[in-house]
Amino acid sequence: MNIDFEIIVFYALAATGVVSGAMVLIARDVVRVAFWLLSSLSAVAGLYLHLGADFLGLTQVLVYIGGILVLILFGIMMTQRDPGLVKLERKSTRSMATGVGVSLVLFLVLASVINSVGWASRRPASATPTTQDLGTALLTDYVLPFELISVLLLVVLCGAAYLARRRVEQSHA
Amino acid sequence: MEFFTFVGWLLDNPDAGFLPKFIGVAAAWAVGITVFVSVAALFFVWLERKVSAHIQCRLGPMEVGPHGVLQTLADGLKLLAKEDIIPEGADRFLFALAPILAFAGTFVSFAVLPFGPDLVIADLDLGIFFLAAVGSLEAIGVIAAGWASNNKWSLFGSVRAATQVVSYEIPMGIAFVTVAVVAGTLSLNGMVESQNGMFWNWLVFRNPFMPIVFISYYIASLAECKRAPFDLPEAESELVSGFHTEYSGMRFGIFFIAEYAAMYVVSALAVVMFLGGWYTGIAPVDAWVAKSALLANLVGAIVLITKSFALVFLQMWLRWTLPRIRLDQMMYLCLKVMVPIGMVCLIGAALWQGIAGVPADLMGDSQRPAFPVVGSISGLVCFLVATVGGWIWVRGAIRGTKSYQLANYKS
Repeated sequence: MNIDFEIIVFYALAATGVVSGAMVLIARDVVRVAFWLLSSLSAVAGLYLHLGADFLGLTQVLVYIGGILVLILFGIMMTQRDPGLVKLERKSTRSMATGVGVSLVLFLVLASVINSVGWASRRPASATPTTQDLGTALLTDYVLPFELISVLLLVVLCGAAYLARRRVEQSHA
Repeated sequence: MEFFTFVGWLLDNPDAGFLPKFIGVAAAWAVGITVFVSVAALFFVWLERKVSAHIQCRLGPMEVGPHGVLQTLADGLKLLAKEDIIPEGADRFLFALAPILAFAGTFVSFAVLPFGPDLVIADLDLGIFFLAAVGSLEAIGVIAAGWASNNKWSLFGSVRAATQVVSYEIPMGIAFVTVAVVAGTLSLNGMVESQNGMFWNWLVFRNPFMPIVFISYYIASLAECKRAPFDLPEAESELVSGFHTEYSGMRFGIFFIAEYAAMYVVSALAVVMFLGGWYTGIAPVDAWVAKSALLANLVGAIVLITKSFALVFLQMWLRWTLPRIRLDQMMYLCLKVMVPIGMVCLIGAALWQGIAGVPADLMGDSQRPAFPVVGSISGLVCFLVATVGGWIWVRGAIRGTKSYQLANYKS
């Protein structure tokens, strides 16, 4: 019963994630694609929670669903209902081949990396809240990378603001 | 019980009885919260109509029941009986899904929102982070509604809603972080417990920056709920009714309940974060009540719900007093006023915490320094500098927008 319940939850979440991921590719309406993505991302967040990574799971919801997905939907609504977006045209065989090649290389690299890591095969027996340990680790052992990433993100923010600024004076001149 | 111990206990109990028990507990909570949300929404709708009426020198509903208290019940029956219309050309699946998403996004907040010391579904270690994360689900429901309706007004409403909710998550998140810094915990129950004692132990009075953070959070929460003066997503004079223009019957009713439930959630969160949660603020009373667990939960729930209802009333008062702001004013207020002020308060509260106070869980009740003399004087100076500086800054910034808008209109 113990193991059954755990495995049922795991496979239910994994199946939701994979099926929704496939539907992201198959679905034709671009807004439907975004909502399949919602289902897929939620399933991944559920997997994180199931494996005891509570902070990571909620961050997945906050960043991907609350941030990126809303941004995607926003982008779709700001653009017109373009028939080219709704129904993807069949492209030339050369671009098809490029796409397949890139996907294959990416798949092989990811698969080899995933295989080479010795993963724990089961979820930890007693999951404990991870936030405190994460915070301590970020501000002690990993404080330099943490600060570097902060500076990098600040630079990115400034860059985005610079690129998106209004050029009022220039348009008048 | 803490969430992970609870889940761990569930998974480590191989006896066949645990799954039904787990489902039973979950179902009991779900039914309880649904009843609470529905009754609160019915009451709030009646209250809103009464408040608006009295502010406008009218009586409001008077016919159904004494002073019209049963009016919303009658309206609810009418909504149930109404025809369910799905417009032609709508995306039927998303049209049906949208109210559910919007309601679920609000409803799931109750998973961590406490009603009393033990009256909470899951006292998550990540309580406030959880609320920040699920808060965005409602926005997705609203976007889906606007898109699926296949109506220009609905789409405009939902795009405005998305802009507003995503923007105001930033000052709200900064307020959450500030509260977490001062309370020393992310758990909502932990936050309330750190405010035990007399009312000057409440987080809103903990240091001179906290009142500003409270007001900033409250304004952001109005925007998150799409309440006036931030009701641009459903501006009647421009967009008919915004994202729910095409909804009728109970589908519209679900949006309506979700809106009123969201008003309660943000108000209860304000009470938990700033206004002492389930504590009365009078230390002897709390100490006497805490002797019995039953009494503590009962009184705690009454106190917390009363405080939250008071804040909901404040939301209604503001709605019927303030005019709606424009889209550019809304963005300006968020990004150029509230975010910088929030940042200053975050840094100030963190410094204050380092100099004048230790996180509450690191010391006993007797050592809690509620405004030592030197601290209060320096705090007063900080407060004055922040107020005067902020005033000059906002004045300057407002002049800035005026010339900016003029420049825009010329082009």
